Amino acid sequence: MIGYAVLTPFVAALFAPILVRLIGHWAAYILALVPAFLCYRFFGYIEPIANGGRVLESLSWLPEMGINYSFLVDGLSLTFAFLIAGIGFFIVIYAGGYLKGHPSLGRFMAVLLAFMGSMLGLVLSDNLITLFVFWEMTSITSFLLIGFDHDRMASRRAALQALIITGLGGLVMLAGFALVGIIGGSYELSELLSKGDVIKSDALYGLAFWLVMAGAFTKSAQVPFHSWLANAMEAPTPVSAYLHSATMVKAGVFLLMRFYPILGETPLWETVLPIVGGVTLLVGTILAVRDTDMKLMLAYTTIASLGLLVMMLGVGGTGAIEAAVLYLIAHSFFKGGLFMVVGTVDHEAGTRDIRRLSGLRSAMPITALAASLGALSMCGLPPFVGFLAKESIYHSVSHGDWREWTIALVAVIGNVLMFAVAASIAIKPFLGRWVDPPKAVHEGPLMLVLGPLVLGLVGLASALFILELMQTNFFAPMIMAVAGREVEVDLHLWGGVNLALGLSAITVVCGVLVFMWIEKFRRGFNGVLTAIGWGPDKGFDQAICLLTWFGGVFTRFLQNGSMRRYMRLTFIFTAMALLIPIYQQNLLPGKLRFPELELWEMGVLLILTIGIIQVVLARTRLTAIVSLGIQGTAVALVFMMFGAPDLSFTQFMVETLSVVILALVLTRFKLMRQDRRSPFSIIVDSSIALSVGVGMSVFLIHITQPFLDLRLSEFFANYSASVAHGRNIVNVILVDFRALDTLGEITVVLIAGLSVLALIRLKAPASTEMSVSAAEALKTKTLKGAK
Amino acid sequence: MENYLALVVGLYFTASVYLLLSESLIRMLIGVALLGNGVNLLIFTAGRITREVPPIIPEGQKAVGMAIANPLPQALILTAIVISFALFAFVLVLAYRSYETIGTDDTAEMRLAEPVEKSQLPKGY
Repeated sequence: MIGYAVLTPFVAALFAPILVRLIGHWAAYILALVPAFLCYRFFGYIEPIANGGRVLESLSWLPEMGINYSFLVDGLSLTFAFLIAGIGFFIVIYAGGYLKGHPSLGRFMAVLLAFMGSMLGLVLSDNLITLFVFWEMTSITSFLLIGFDHDRMASRRAALQALIITGLGGLVMLAGFALVGIIGGSYELSELLSKGDVIKSDALYGLAFWLVMAGAFTKSAQVPFHSWLANAMEAPTPVSAYLHSATMVKAGVFLLMRFYPILGETPLWETVLPIVGGVTLLVGTILAVRDTDMKLMLAYTTIASLGLLVMMLGVGGTGAIEAAVLYLIAHSFFKGGLFMVVGTVDHEAGTRDIRRLSGLRSAMPITALAASLGALSMCGLPPFVGFLAKESIYHSVSHGDWREWTIALVAVIGNVLMFAVAASIAIKPFLGRWVDPPKAVHEGPLMLVLGPLVLGLVGLASALFILELMQTNFFAPMIMAVAGREVEVDLHLWGGVNLALGLSAITVVCGVLVFMWIEKFRRGFNGVLTAIGWGPDKGFDQAICLLTWFGGVFTRFLQNGSMRRYMRLTFIFTAMALLIPIYQQNLLPGKLRFPELELWEMGVLLILTIGIIQVVLARTRLTAIVSLGIQGTAVALVFMMFGAPDLSFTQFMVETLSVVILALVLTRFKLMRQDRRSPFSIIVDSSIALSVGVGMSVFLIHITQPFLDLRLSEFFANYSASVAHGRNIVNVILVDFRALDTLGEITVVLIAGLSVLALIRLKAPASTEMSVSAAEALKTKTLKGAK
Repeated sequence: MENYLALVVGLYFTASVYLLLSESLIRMLIGVALLGNGVNLLIFTAGRITREVPPIIPEGQKAVGMAIANPLPQALILTAIVISFALFAFVLVLAYRSYETIGTDDTAEMRLAEPVEKSQLPKGY
């Protein structure tokens, strides 16, 4: 069951910290068994997939909403799964060597494995919603890995930037998924793949296209969302090699490939993708040539490569798909390896600035070999798989109209610059005159050189020795899965002399020239970019600044610390909540009935009214206390008159106590004769108060109009004597039927009493000013005494 | 009958909201006390009003047998009266203590928790 296989890295992630605590960095070898096991599991799928089948597995999750934990294994997802698990195997080992002795190695391994699981889930998902969940999990684990060094601000910024850009892109993509799901009538990719025509002819196709593209372009760092990927190089090198070159950033390209039969080969698709991809390719390569930090150079070429892949997917036709597939696989091998090489050099020599490294070949021969293997593939030289990919790219765009020729031109320029960067990285640090690096340099340990060497050799072997095997088992099934139809795939290292070979020759010649004059190009590009002086990276900072500024201003507006404003806002909304429904539903009662009152009733209501008004108008403490007592007593009388003697007694008692406490406390305060309100405030406050009051009155009149459901009251009246053996129904409710409520009430009173006691007993701390002045006084006194 | 009390409740709310909107702490406290009574009367009125017939079962009988005042709101209010008294006593003492500590009963000047100076926005990440 592939769904369980996907979960194994998560389980391993739970145990990783414990394992690292027990046996230190050697745990890497044990943890690497997880991807090895996954590879072993995936081997079983190779044969059925190569024979043109596909495997579907499903567990229901929320079937009524069309959401299932379902998986689809076909050529595309299987090849990706192998890349993730296979490269992951070497990365886990490499990470053990790279972060040897790091106090947080356990955390690192745990997150790395969790990422592996998320990425596998992403590529193998059949259900779009499951895919989205895994997609966001890769964003989150990437955030945690970029911010691994969370003590540094640059790290935190990079992590946050990556999360915001890819996370927002993912959310937009979710909307796109929903749209595709609604149009296609299913969230299962296996069903949607055959419904491409329905979706492409739908009126909402354009919207769905852009929404899905938002996810793909942000994840795969296309211009103008590319800045997060360069900043993600703040992460430790194993992360850069794994997430930010070989796997996660390819999720966007994966999505484009997955959706190729669903959304692809339309005029919109074939316009947008080449433009976005082409611009990304050029921008990425220019930025790569400009930089001198080898890791950043590789990062920018990764952006460029992703641009190249997007561009190729937008060309249209199976030739271009074949080119994209080959390049994607080749890129995973050589870029993952080269990143590890740079990390090893950084780790052993103490710098990754290409200008400070030279002549390391004697000290680090194996690393130098691995670097040249990777770089040769990246340069697209035979007999590496990179050559195959580049030939295929040129072949697919070299026999058409001006559009294809433009794409070919962009591809050649991009490849020339990438050639120069790859050559710099393989040659500059290793060949030439020996320069003392910042650290005493020596060859990296097995853990560090194993990965890059094996990946470099695979890049060589898969084109030279096992091309047939790779083609039938991986290349061809993947190409067919992307194209969504039968494709004749026939790959050869030597395809005869043709136009593509000519373009390759031009690329190599120009690449060598650029490499020789790379200083000049670097200065030139640097001048141009400095002259522009603004980029999406800076824009991100500005956007975040604007956001926090707006947040601050808005918070200050709503919560400016003025109690009166809070109260006003609260009561304005209370009044609105009362008055708007009254107005909208026309709840004003027609004619109000005011029956004759008995004389004493009228008297009590009159006293009550006067008491309330007098409380508001009171200018001295005494008037306030007395009027408060008057209205309270009048309420007690109201209770008495209308059949609530219990309430009346309680009210009398509470009112008396209140007045006593109030008198005690009020003697400490002075009641200002004037309420400190401006005339304007008086108008505003009284209108708010009046609105609330009127609202309450109308509301109460309204709810007393219709028939009252008395079932509950009747229940209590009927059973209080027979069941609870009490004749005072109110008391029975309190102490019997609702005894627990009363217990709660007593608790509240008790806690309030304790708090009052604590507040009174608590000694007020002397204010700081006071103590300072007191200390000074004491000091002067002592000084005087000393004199 | 209820309409009279509805008007009184409206008056209660008007008066207490007006007092609560004051910047003088002691007026706000009185507003809290008024609000308690206003709410109690609101519940009382909402349960309908009956004159002078307390919800008590005559001695020797098992059921009421005649129209009585609605006992349910009364039970609720009885709880509410006590709780609002506890609350009132607590806020009174709290106000008294804060007056002692801060030295003012003007809410515009009680800015310990939210100082007047501009809040510092985070400059980095």
